[in-house]
Amino acid sequence: MVNNQSNSSNPRLDYEYRRKKNAEGMRIQVATFTLMIFFTVVSFVAVGANFSKWFVIPFILLLAVVQVGFQLYYFMHMSEKGHEAPSMFFWSAITVAFVTVLAFMTIIWW
Amino acid sequence: MEAEEKYTPQTWPESPERATLEGKNKFLGFWLFLGGETVLFASLFATYIALKDKVPSPEHALAKDLYELPLVFVMTMLLLTSSLTSVYAMYHMKNFNFKKMQLWLLITVILGLGFLGCEIYEFNHYYHEYNHTFTSSAFSSAFYTLVGFHGAHVIFGLSWLVLVMVRNAKRGLNLYTAPKFYLASLYWHFIDVVWVFIFTVVYLMGMVG
Repeated sequence: MVNNQSNSSNPRLDYEYRRKKNAEGMRIQVATFTLMIFFTVVSFVAVGANFSKWFVIPFILLLAVVQVGFQLYYFMHMSEKGHEAPSMFFWSAITVAFVTVLAFMTIIWW
Repeated sequence: MEAEEKYTPQTWPESPERATLEGKNKFLGFWLFLGGETVLFASLFATYIALKDKVPSPEHALAKDLYELPLVFVMTMLLLTSSLTSVYAMYHMKNFNFKKMQLWLLITVILGLGFLGCEIYEFNHYYHEYNHTFTSSAFSSAFYTLVGFHGAHVIFGLSWLVLVMVRNAKRGLNLYTAPKFYLASLYWHFIDVVWVFIFTVVYLMGMVG
Protein backbone atom coordinates (compact mmCIF):
# COMPACT_ATOMS: atom_id res chain seq x y z
CA MET A 1 0.00 0.00 0.00
CA VAL A 2 1.40 3.38 -1.00
CA ASN A 3 0.08 5.31 1.95
CA ASN A 4 1.88 3.53 4.74
CA GLN A 5 3.64 6.37 6.42
CA SER A 6 5.08 5.13 9.66
CA ASN A 7 7.61 2.45 8.97
CA SER A 8 9.77 3.09 11.99
CA SER A 9 9.00 3.54 15.65
CA ASN A 10 10.29 7.11 15.45
CA PRO A 11 7.71 9.35 13.68
CA ARG A 12 10.07 12.33 13.74
CA LEU A 13 12.65 10.42 11.74
CA ASP A 14 9.97 9.32 9.30
CA TYR A 15 8.88 12.89 8.76
CA GLU A 16 12.39 14.12 8.11
CA TYR A 17 13.02 11.25 5.72
CA ARG A 18 9.89 12.08 3.74
CA ARG A 19 10.77 15.78 3.59
CA LYS A 20 14.18 14.90 2.21
CA LYS A 21 12.67 12.47 -0.26
CA ASN A 22 10.21 15.11 -1.50
CA ALA A 23 12.99 17.70 -1.84
CA GLU A 24 15.10 15.19 -3.77
CA GLY A 25 12.11 14.45 -6.01
CA MET A 26 11.67 18.15 -6.67
CA ARG A 27 15.32 18.49 -7.71
CA ILE A 28 14.76 15.73 -10.26
CA GLN A 29 11.66 17.57 -11.51
CA VAL A 30 13.65 20.77 -12.05
CA ALA A 31 16.37 18.82 -13.89
CA THR A 32 13.65 17.30 -16.08
CA PHE A 33 12.27 20.75 -16.77
CA THR A 34 15.71 22.01 -17.81
CA LEU A 35 16.02 19.13 -20.28
CA MET A 36 12.54 19.82 -21.66
CA ILE A 37 13.42 23.48 -22.25
CA PHE A 38 16.64 22.36 -23.91
CA PHE A 39 14.78 19.95 -26.24
CA THR A 40 12.30 22.67 -27.14
CA VAL A 41 15.07 25.12 -28.02
CA VAL A 42 16.88 22.46 -30.08
CA SER A 43 13.66 21.72 -32.02
CA PHE A 44 13.10 25.37 -32.86
CA VAL A 45 16.74 25.85 -33.85
CA ALA A 46 16.66 22.73 -36.04
CA VAL A 47 13.68 24.11 -37.92
CA GLY A 48 15.15 27.62 -38.13
CA ALA A 49 18.47 26.32 -39.47
CA ASN A 50 17.00 25.06 -42.78
CA PHE A 51 18.30 21.50 -42.65
CA SER A 52 16.80 18.89 -44.98
CA LYS A 53 13.23 18.09 -43.99
CA TRP A 54 14.03 14.36 -44.04
CA PHE A 55 16.33 15.00 -41.13
CA VAL A 56 14.35 17.68 -39.29
CA ILE A 57 10.92 15.99 -39.18
CA PRO A 58 12.01 12.68 -37.58
CA PHE A 59 14.38 14.59 -35.31
CA ILE A 60 11.80 17.01 -33.87
CA LEU A 61 9.23 14.20 -33.56
CA LEU A 62 11.73 12.20 -31.54
CA LEU A 63 12.40 15.19 -29.28
CA ALA A 64 8.64 15.67 -28.81
CA VAL A 65 8.17 12.01 -27.84
CA VAL A 66 11.01 12.18 -25.31
CA GLN A 67 9.66 15.43 -23.89
CA VAL A 68 6.17 13.99 -23.50
CA GLY A 69 7.70 10.95 -21.79
CA PHE A 70 9.36 13.26 -19.26
CA GLN A 71 6.09 15.11 -18.74
CA LEU A 72 4.18 11.87 -18.12
CA TYR A 73 6.69 9.97 -16.02
CA TYR A 74 8.01 12.87 -13.94
CA PHE A 75 5.58 15.82 -13.97
CA MET A 76 2.54 13.55 -13.92
CA HIS A 77 4.27 11.06 -11.58
CA MET A 78 3.64 7.99 -13.75
CA SER A 79 7.02 6.62 -12.68
CA GLU A 80 5.83 6.43 -9.06
CA LYS A 81 4.24 3.43 -7.39
CA GLY A 82 0.51 2.81 -7.81
CA HIS A 83 0.34 3.91 -11.45
CA GLU A 84 -0.23 0.52 -13.07
CA ALA A 85 -3.81 1.24 -14.13
CA PRO A 86 -3.00 4.78 -15.39
CA SER A 87 -0.15 3.30 -17.45
CA MET A 88 -2.49 0.75 -18.98
CA PHE A 89 -5.12 3.41 -19.78
CA PHE A 90 -2.57 5.73 -21.24
CA TRP A 91 -0.64 3.22 -23.34
CA SER A 92 -3.88 1.75 -24.70
CA ALA A 93 -4.88 5.28 -25.69
CA ILE A 94 -1.50 5.82 -27.35
CA THR A 95 -1.98 2.62 -29.37
CA VAL A 96 -5.37 3.77 -30.66
CA ALA A 97 -3.97 7.27 -31.26
CA PHE A 98 -1.06 5.90 -33.29
CA VAL A 99 -3.31 3.70 -35.44
CA THR A 100 -5.69 6.64 -36.04
CA VAL A 101 -2.92 8.95 -37.23
CA LEU A 102 -1.35 6.18 -39.31
CA ALA A 103 -4.68 5.43 -41.02
CA PHE A 104 -5.33 9.07 -41.85
CA MET A 105 -1.83 9.45 -43.28
CA THR A 106 -1.76 6.32 -45.40
CA ILE A 107 -4.99 4.60 -46.41
CA ILE A 108 -7.29 7.63 -46.56
CA TRP A 109 -6.96 9.94 -49.53
CA TRP A 110 -8.74 13.18 -50.31
CA MET B 1 -8.92 7.69 7.63
CA GLU B 2 -11.46 10.47 8.07
CA ALA B 3 -11.55 12.71 5.02
CA GLU B 4 -11.86 15.98 6.91
CA GLU B 5 -9.66 15.07 9.85
CA LYS B 6 -7.16 17.78 10.79
CA TYR B 7 -3.57 17.07 9.86
CA THR B 8 -0.13 18.39 10.67
CA PRO B 9 2.90 18.13 8.37
CA GLN B 10 3.99 15.20 10.53
CA THR B 11 0.76 13.23 10.25
CA TRP B 12 0.03 14.13 6.61
CA PRO B 13 0.17 10.89 4.55
CA GLU B 14 2.67 10.29 1.79
CA SER B 15 0.18 10.20 -1.11
CA PRO B 16 -2.71 12.31 0.23
CA GLU B 17 -4.44 12.36 -3.16
CA ARG B 18 -4.96 8.61 -2.91
CA ALA B 19 -5.35 8.17 0.83
CA THR B 20 -9.16 7.82 0.80
CA LEU B 21 -11.36 5.57 -1.30
CA GLU B 22 -12.86 8.65 -2.95
CA GLY B 23 -9.36 9.90 -3.78
CA LYS B 24 -8.39 6.53 -5.26
CA ASN B 25 -11.52 6.40 -7.39
CA LYS B 26 -11.06 9.94 -8.66
CA PHE B 27 -7.44 9.21 -9.50
CA LEU B 28 -8.36 6.09 -11.47
CA GLY B 29 -11.33 7.69 -13.20
CA PHE B 30 -9.34 10.74 -14.13
CA TRP B 31 -6.60 8.73 -15.80
CA LEU B 32 -9.23 6.83 -17.76
CA PHE B 33 -10.62 10.19 -18.87
CA LEU B 34 -7.12 11.30 -19.92
CA GLY B 35 -6.86 8.15 -22.05
CA GLY B 36 -10.08 9.18 -23.77
CA GLU B 37 -8.77 12.70 -24.27
CA THR B 38 -5.63 11.30 -25.87
CA VAL B 39 -7.72 9.42 -28.44
CA LEU B 40 -9.87 12.50 -29.05
CA PHE B 41 -6.83 14.68 -29.75
CA ALA B 42 -5.33 11.93 -31.91
CA SER B 43 -8.36 12.07 -34.21
CA LEU B 44 -8.02 15.85 -34.46
CA PHE B 45 -4.29 15.56 -35.18
CA ALA B 46 -4.94 12.90 -37.82
CA THR B 47 -7.53 15.14 -39.49
CA TYR B 48 -5.18 18.10 -39.43
CA ILE B 49 -2.29 16.11 -40.92
CA ALA B 50 -4.55 14.78 -43.67
CA LEU B 51 -6.00 18.22 -44.50
CA LYS B 52 -2.91 20.36 -44.06
CA ASP B 53 -2.57 22.95 -46.84
CA LYS B 54 -5.67 21.60 -48.62
CA VAL B 55 -7.10 24.88 -49.88
CA PRO B 56 -9.56 25.50 -52.76
CA SER B 57 -7.55 28.20 -54.56
CA PRO B 58 -4.00 29.59 -54.55
CA GLU B 59 -4.88 32.88 -52.82
CA HIS B 60 -5.52 31.06 -49.53
CA ALA B 61 -2.70 31.25 -47.02
CA LEU B 62 -0.80 28.01 -46.37
CA ALA B 63 0.85 26.84 -43.16
CA LYS B 64 4.20 28.31 -44.22
CA ASP B 65 2.69 31.77 -44.85
CA LEU B 66 0.79 31.87 -41.58
CA TYR B 67 2.91 30.59 -38.74
CA GLU B 68 5.40 32.74 -36.87
CA LEU B 69 7.91 30.77 -34.83
CA PRO B 70 8.87 33.47 -32.29
CA LEU B 71 5.27 33.71 -31.04
CA VAL B 72 4.95 29.91 -30.88
CA PHE B 73 8.23 29.76 -28.99
CA VAL B 74 6.98 32.26 -26.39
CA MET B 75 3.71 30.32 -26.02
CA THR B 76 5.63 27.07 -25.57
CA MET B 77 7.85 28.57 -22.88
CA LEU B 78 4.83 29.99 -21.02
CA LEU B 79 2.98 26.68 -21.01
CA LEU B 80 6.06 24.59 -20.19
CA THR B 81 6.97 26.86 -17.28
CA SER B 82 3.38 26.75 -16.01
CA SER B 83 3.69 22.97 -15.98
CA LEU B 84 6.74 23.24 -13.71
CA THR B 85 5.01 25.72 -11.38
CA SER B 86 2.12 23.31 -10.93
CA VAL B 87 4.66 20.60 -10.06
CA TYR B 88 5.91 23.01 -7.37
CA ALA B 89 2.33 23.42 -6.15
CA MET B 90 1.98 19.64 -5.76
CA TYR B 91 5.36 19.48 -4.03
CA HIS B 92 4.03 21.87 -1.39
CA MET B 93 0.75 19.94 -1.24
CA LYS B 94 2.73 16.81 -0.33
CA ASN B 95 4.59 18.82 2.33
CA PHE B 96 1.26 20.08 3.73
CA ASN B 97 2.04 23.72 2.98
CA PHE B 98 -1.30 25.13 1.85
CA LYS B 99 -0.21 28.76 1.38
CA LYS B 100 2.75 27.94 -0.82
CA MET B 101 0.63 25.53 -2.83
CA GLN B 102 -1.95 28.25 -3.48
CA LEU B 103 0.81 30.70 -4.44
CA TRP B 104 2.31 28.33 -7.01
CA LEU B 105 -1.13 27.55 -8.40
CA LEU B 106 -1.71 31.27 -8.79
CA ILE B 107 1.57 31.61 -10.72
CA THR B 108 0.43 28.69 -12.89
CA VAL B 109 -2.84 30.46 -13.64
CA ILE B 110 -1.05 33.72 -14.54
CA LEU B 111 1.29 31.91 -16.95
CA GLY B 112 -1.69 30.09 -18.45
CA LEU B 113 -3.47 33.40 -18.98
CA GLY B 114 -0.36 34.68 -20.77
CA PHE B 115 -0.52 31.68 -23.08
CA LEU B 116 -4.20 32.23 -23.74
CA GLY B 117 -3.59 35.92 -24.54
CA CYS B 118 -0.96 34.93 -27.13
CA GLU B 119 -3.36 32.46 -28.73
CA ILE B 120 -6.15 35.03 -28.96
CA TYR B 121 -3.69 37.46 -30.57
CA GLU B 122 -2.59 34.74 -32.98
CA PHE B 123 -6.09 33.79 -34.16
CA ASN B 124 -7.05 37.44 -34.46
CA HIS B 125 -3.93 38.08 -36.53
CA TYR B 126 -4.70 35.19 -38.93
CA TYR B 127 -8.25 36.44 -39.32
CA HIS B 128 -7.37 40.07 -40.08
CA GLU B 129 -4.11 39.67 -41.99
CA TYR B 130 -4.78 36.49 -43.98
CA ASN B 131 -8.55 36.15 -43.91
CA HIS B 132 -7.89 32.67 -42.52
CA THR B 133 -11.28 31.84 -41.00
CA PHE B 134 -12.86 28.65 -39.72
CA THR B 135 -14.80 28.17 -42.96
CA SER B 136 -12.28 29.42 -45.54
CA SER B 137 -10.75 25.99 -46.36
CA ALA B 138 -10.46 22.38 -45.22
CA PHE B 139 -7.01 23.34 -43.92
CA SER B 140 -8.30 26.26 -41.84
CA SER B 141 -11.16 24.19 -40.38
CA ALA B 142 -8.78 21.42 -39.35
CA PHE B 143 -6.31 23.96 -37.94
CA TYR B 144 -8.83 25.88 -35.85
CA THR B 145 -10.54 22.70 -34.63
CA LEU B 146 -7.28 21.19 -33.39
CA VAL B 147 -5.61 24.29 -31.95
CA GLY B 148 -8.91 25.79 -30.80
CA PHE B 149 -9.83 22.59 -28.98
CA HIS B 150 -6.54 22.80 -27.15
CA GLY B 151 -7.23 26.48 -26.37
CA ALA B 152 -10.64 25.49 -24.99
CA HIS B 153 -8.89 22.98 -22.75
CA VAL B 154 -6.63 25.78 -21.51
CA ILE B 155 -9.70 27.89 -20.68
CA PHE B 156 -11.32 24.95 -18.91
CA GLY B 157 -8.12 24.11 -17.04
CA LEU B 158 -7.66 27.71 -15.89
CA SER B 159 -11.28 27.93 -14.72
CA TRP B 160 -10.89 24.63 -12.89
CA LEU B 161 -7.70 25.74 -11.12
CA VAL B 162 -9.25 29.06 -10.10
CA LEU B 163 -12.40 27.32 -8.86
CA VAL B 164 -10.59 24.80 -6.65
CA MET B 165 -8.33 27.56 -5.30
CA VAL B 166 -11.26 29.82 -4.41
CA ARG B 167 -13.63 27.12 -3.21
CA ASN B 168 -11.05 25.55 -0.90
CA ALA B 169 -9.33 28.77 0.21
CA LYS B 170 -10.83 28.53 3.69
CA ARG B 171 -11.00 24.76 3.87
CA GLY B 172 -7.25 24.30 3.57
CA LEU B 173 -5.66 20.93 2.95
CA ASN B 174 -7.23 17.69 4.07
CA LEU B 175 -7.82 14.32 2.49
CA TYR B 176 -11.03 15.64 0.93
CA THR B 177 -9.46 18.66 -0.80
CA ALA B 178 -6.05 17.15 -1.71
CA PRO B 179 -7.41 14.99 -4.60
CA LYS B 180 -9.17 18.04 -6.05
CA PHE B 181 -5.92 19.99 -6.32
CA TYR B 182 -4.01 16.96 -7.54
CA LEU B 183 -6.40 16.21 -10.40
CA ALA B 184 -6.60 19.83 -11.54
CA SER B 185 -2.80 19.84 -11.75
CA LEU B 186 -2.79 16.53 -13.68
CA TYR B 187 -5.20 18.07 -16.17
CA TRP B 188 -2.91 21.05 -16.53
CA HIS B 189 0.05 18.79 -17.31
CA PHE B 190 -2.02 16.96 -19.90
CA ILE B 191 -2.71 20.28 -21.65
CA ASP B 192 1.05 20.75 -21.90
CA VAL B 193 1.47 17.19 -23.24
CA VAL B 194 -0.93 18.02 -26.08
CA TRP B 195 0.82 21.33 -26.73
CA VAL B 196 4.20 19.59 -27.18
CA PHE B 197 2.68 17.75 -30.15
CA ILE B 198 0.89 20.84 -31.42
CA PHE B 199 4.04 22.94 -31.56
CA THR B 200 5.95 20.07 -33.16
CA VAL B 201 3.39 18.69 -35.62
CA VAL B 202 1.45 21.85 -36.47
CA TYR B 203 3.89 24.72 -36.18
CA LEU B 204 7.39 23.31 -36.60
CA MET B 205 6.45 20.74 -39.23
CA GLY B 206 4.29 23.40 -40.88
CA MET B 207 7.37 25.54 -41.37
CA VAL B 208 9.49 22.66 -42.68
CA GLY B 209 7.02 21.62 -45.35
